[in-house]
Amino acid sequence: MGKLLTWVDDRFPLTRMMREHLTEYYAPKNFNFWYYFGSLALLVLVLQIVTGIFLTMQYQPSAEDAFASVQYIMRDVHWGWLIRYMHTTGASMFFIVVYLHMFRGLLYGSYKKPRELIWIFGMLIFLALMAEAFMGYLLPWGNMSFWGAQVIISLFSTIPWVGHGLAQWIRGDFVISGATLNRFFALHVIAMPLILLGLVVAHILALHEVGSNNPDGVEIKKKKNERGIPVDGIPFHPYYTVKDLVGVVVFMIVFFLIVFYAPTMHDLFLEAPNFQPADPLNTPAHIAPVWYFTPFYSILRSIPSIGGTAFPGVITMGLSIVLLFFLPWIDNGLVRSTRYRSGLHKALLLVFAVVFISLGYLGTQPPTPTLKTVAQTLTACYFAFFVGLFLVSRFEKTKPVPERVTH
Amino acid sequence: MLKRIALILTVCCPLAAFGSEGGHPPFWEQPSINVHDQASLQRGARLFANYCMGCHQAKYQRWMHVADDLGIPDDVLQDNLIWTTGPKGKKERVGTLMTNAMTDDYATQAFGKVPPDLTLVARYREPAWIYNYLRSFYIDESSKTGANNALLKGASMPDVLWSLQGWQRPKYEEGDGNGEKRIVGFDQVQKGSMTPEEYDRAVTDLVNFLAYVGEPAQLDRAAMGKWVILFLVVLLVLVYALKKEYWKDVH
Repeated sequence: MGKLLTWVDDRFPLTRMMREHLTEYYAPKNFNFWYYFGSLALLVLVLQIVTGIFLTMQYQPSAEDAFASVQYIMRDVHWGWLIRYMHTTGASMFFIVVYLHMFRGLLYGSYKKPRELIWIFGMLIFLALMAEAFMGYLLPWGNMSFWGAQVIISLFSTIPWVGHGLAQWIRGDFVISGATLNRFFALHVIAMPLILLGLVVAHILALHEVGSNNPDGVEIKKKKNERGIPVDGIPFHPYYTVKDLVGVVVFMIVFFLIVFYAPTMHDLFLEAPNFQPADPLNTPAHIAPVWYFTPFYSILRSIPSIGGTAFPGVITMGLSIVLLFFLPWIDNGLVRSTRYRSGLHKALLLVFAVVFISLGYLGTQPPTPTLKTVAQTLTACYFAFFVGLFLVSRFEKTKPVPERVTH
Repeated sequence: MLKRIALILTVCCPLAAFGSEGGHPPFWEQPSINVHDQASLQRGARLFANYCMGCHQAKYQRWMHVADDLGIPDDVLQDNLIWTTGPKGKKERVGTLMTNAMTDDYATQAFGKVPPDLTLVARYREPAWIYNYLRSFYIDESSKTGANNALLKGASMPDVLWSLQGWQRPKYEEGDGNGEKRIVGFDQVQKGSMTPEEYDRAVTDLVNFLAYVGEPAQLDRAAMGKWVILFLVVLLVLVYALKKEYWKDVH
C-alpha cells in the first residue's frame, strides 16, 4: 500500500492535496450551526448530479414525449419515483441550504477582506444555480413549466431594442417549443453543471487560500504556535469531517421525511398545475415561479410598468441580485462578526431576513392591491438594507473584538 | 433567539391572513379519501373502467400496476376491466396502458374537445373537487347534454352516472342583490339504482381510485420511509458518538 502511494505521489500530488485541503487545512475550532451549510450544499450538488444522471437514462427531451416519460419514470421505472422525488426535493433543498449559507456570510462578515473573491465566486454559483433550476423546471413539460418559462423568458423581451431578438434567440423559436425544451435539456444536464462544478472548485480553492472565517470574525492565522499552526485551528479532517457527518445525517432525515411523506410540500416543491401537460391554450389561473425565485419575483411585480413596459421591474429585480455581489464594498465596517457590531447592524440583518422571507411568501400569492402595496413597501425595505448597511458600517459603534476565538 | 422568532411570527401572521382562500360552495362536502382501502380501490377501478373509460383515458398508467397494487389477479382484471383490442384485433393484455378506443376526431365532434386524460386529475385538482363535481350534475334542459354541473358551469361532460345517482334539480338562493341566483343544494326528482348514501360511497371509491392512479408510489412511500428514517436515526446516534469522541481533544 505504502509503495503504491509513493508510486502515485511521484506522479500526482495525491498526498499533498489531501494534506493541503483536509488533514492539514486548519479551520477555526469555533464553527457553529451556521457552518454546516457549506458542506451540505456540496452534498446536495452531488445528490442532484447522481439522481440527475439516472433520470436522463429514462427521460425523453422532446415536446411530444417529455411529460409522458416523466410519468413513465414515476410508474414503470423501478425506484424511478424515488429518484425523481429526490431530484425535485433536492432542487428546493439546494436553495434552502444556499440561502442559509449566504446568510451565514452576512452574519459573520465572511465576505469581508480578504474573502471578497470567495463571496463573488459564491454569488456566481448562486446565479448559475438559478439558471440551472429554471432550465430544469421546464423539462417535465408540465403546464407550469411552460407558462413559467414563458413569463421568465419574456422578461428578456422587455429590454429596449434588442429584447425581442434576445428572447427569440433564447427560446430558439417564436414561442416556447420543443426547440426550447431541447436546448434547456442540453444546458441543464451538461453546460450548467460543468460551470457549477468549476465555480465550486474556485470557491473552495479561494477559501483554502485565505482560510475560513468564524463566528467571532477573528483571523486565526494571526496567532500561530511554534510549528506555524494556528492555535485556534484544528485539522479539517478528522474534526470537521466527523462533525459535518452529523449535519449530513440530520439533513438526510429532513430530506427523506419530505421525499417520503410530503414530496410536493403542499404545492411548494411540486406545483399542482404542473401535473397537466404543457398547453399553450390553457393558461394557469395564477402563474408563479417555484418558491425559491419568489422573493425576486415579488420585487419584479411590485414595480409598476412605465410606458407599457415592465423593463423597470426587470432592472429592479436584476439590481436586487447584483447588489449582493457588492456587499464586501457596501459594508465598510472593520469588525466582521455581528457579535461585536452594533445593535443597529443586528436589527438590519434581522429585518433583511424577515423582508426576504415575506417577499418570498408574497410572490407565491396572486397579486391583490393590498398585497401589492405590502410588496412595494418590502421591496423598498430590501433596498434600504443596502443603504442602511453602507451608512451603519461607517458610523456604528462596535464592541471590542477578542484576541482569540471564544469557544 | 426567542425574540427573533416572535418578530418573524408577528410579521408573517398578517401576511398569512391575506392568503386565505375564497371558500367552497354551500353544497360542498369533504370526502374521506383513503388509498390504502384496497376494497374501495377495486370498486373504484370497476366504476372507472365501466363508466369513465369510454371517453377518458389514464394513458400514463399500466393495467399491470393496477392489478398488482389493488390485489386483482391478472386474468380477472383482463376479463373484466380491459375492453380494448390491439392492432391485430386481439384483446389487449395487462401490460398495456389504460387507453380507450375513442379517436380525437370523434371526441371533438361529440364533445367539442377531447375529454381530458384522468391519470393525474387528482393531482392537479384536489380529490375533494372531483368528488363534489361528480355529485353536482343536475337537469338543465338548455344544455345539449341535458345536464349541467354546479361546480363546473357549462361542463361538456354528460351526466354519465345518472343511472346510479338518479336525476336532481338545483335549489337556488338569491345572491347578494345582483339578481344572480346561486345553487345551495339539490332535490332528487328521479331515483337512481343507488340510494344517495350508496352513491356517495361509490363516488368516494371512484375518487379513491383516481387518487391512487395519480400517484401509485404513494402506496409504498410511507411504508418504505419508516425504515429509511429509522436507519438514519440509528446512524445519527453513531455519528454523534463518533463526533463526541474525536472532539474530546478539542474541548
